[in-house]
Amino acid sequence: MIKTASLPVHGQEATKNFVIALAGNPNVGKSTVFNRLTGLKQHTGNWPGKTVTRAEGTFFHRNRHYTLVDLPGTYSLHASSTDEQVARDFICFARPDLTLVVCDATCLERNLNLVLQILEITDRVVLCVNLMDEAKRKGFRVDIDMLTHKLGIPVVGTAARSGRGLSRLKNVLDDMVAGKIVTTPQQVVYDPELETSINEIAKRLTPYLPDWINSRWAALRLLERDYSVLDHITDNKNKNYSPRILKKEVALCLQ
Amino acid sequence: MVIPNSLSLIDIPVGDSARVVNILTIGANRRRLLDLGLVPGSRVEVIRRSPAGNPTAYLIKGTLIALRNEDARQILVDTN
Repeated sequence: MIKTASLPVHGQEATKNFVIALAGNPNVGKSTVFNRLTGLKQHTGNWPGKTVTRAEGTFFHRNRHYTLVDLPGTYSLHASSTDEQVARDFICFARPDLTLVVCDATCLERNLNLVLQILEITDRVVLCVNLMDEAKRKGFRVDIDMLTHKLGIPVVGTAARSGRGLSRLKNVLDDMVAGKIVTTPQQVVYDPELETSINEIAKRLTPYLPDWINSRWAALRLLERDYSVLDHITDNKNKNYSPRILKKEVALCLQ
Repeated sequence: MVIPNSLSLIDIPVGDSARVVNILTIGANRRRLLDLGLVPGSRVEVIRRSPAGNPTAYLIKGTLIALRNEDARQILVDTN
């Protein structure tokens, strides 16, 4: 067993296609990162809503096939616009093998909001701090090690326009997919009253949710009266539990 | 909640900046404004008004964002 583990990947592993979702704020160089990784010439440009729907590209690295899905740029994942809904539904319900979040090194404060929101959905996240060249020019020093430590996920600094950091990024993506990296994502802790409600709802919800949906995240959405998550409840676990009944029960919980 | 004599973002002249104190809206609209970086304590610079006077462009955490005056009115600020 130990010997085979160090051999090159064969069979199922080699043919499996790993899906990586590419998310981030508008205008942080997501499409440039996408093009660098896939070699595709997807149009890049500096205006809002450019990536209207998602674009896909593939690449091959260390014997593995990857499909990279370029999502629309958003500031948040609250599904208040079509763009946000596309991005959120993909990260949450399409079950990508991992999510690569690209952010702008020159305005991290703005960008980390989305990172924390994504970490509430999934722990399979790699952060790419792009535009490191521009940050340096503006006199910013970005402490990648500190970010890695604070966020509990792998963080890679890049300058995608010149290609700097991209090969390291590919290696980190590969290490994540191979299960060589264990993440301990930073979770937002809300005030005690809210935490009690979150825990209560999450506990009741867990048995009815597919195991790939984070019940804490689902509880938070329900508390915001966003019921779209209930559409993903599997009825094979309990046929008597329909989204309609659950919605009613949640409404009672919230009173 | 009404704070007497408080300024809202709409009262800040073009070229000046102010610090967010509170957001008066609730629900999805509040969430949206928070996601755009309008959290208490953040600095906002008024960059320019459109010819009709609405919307107005603001510089918030390194990004230029246009807000309707109806929304800007809900954002309380101080000029310190």
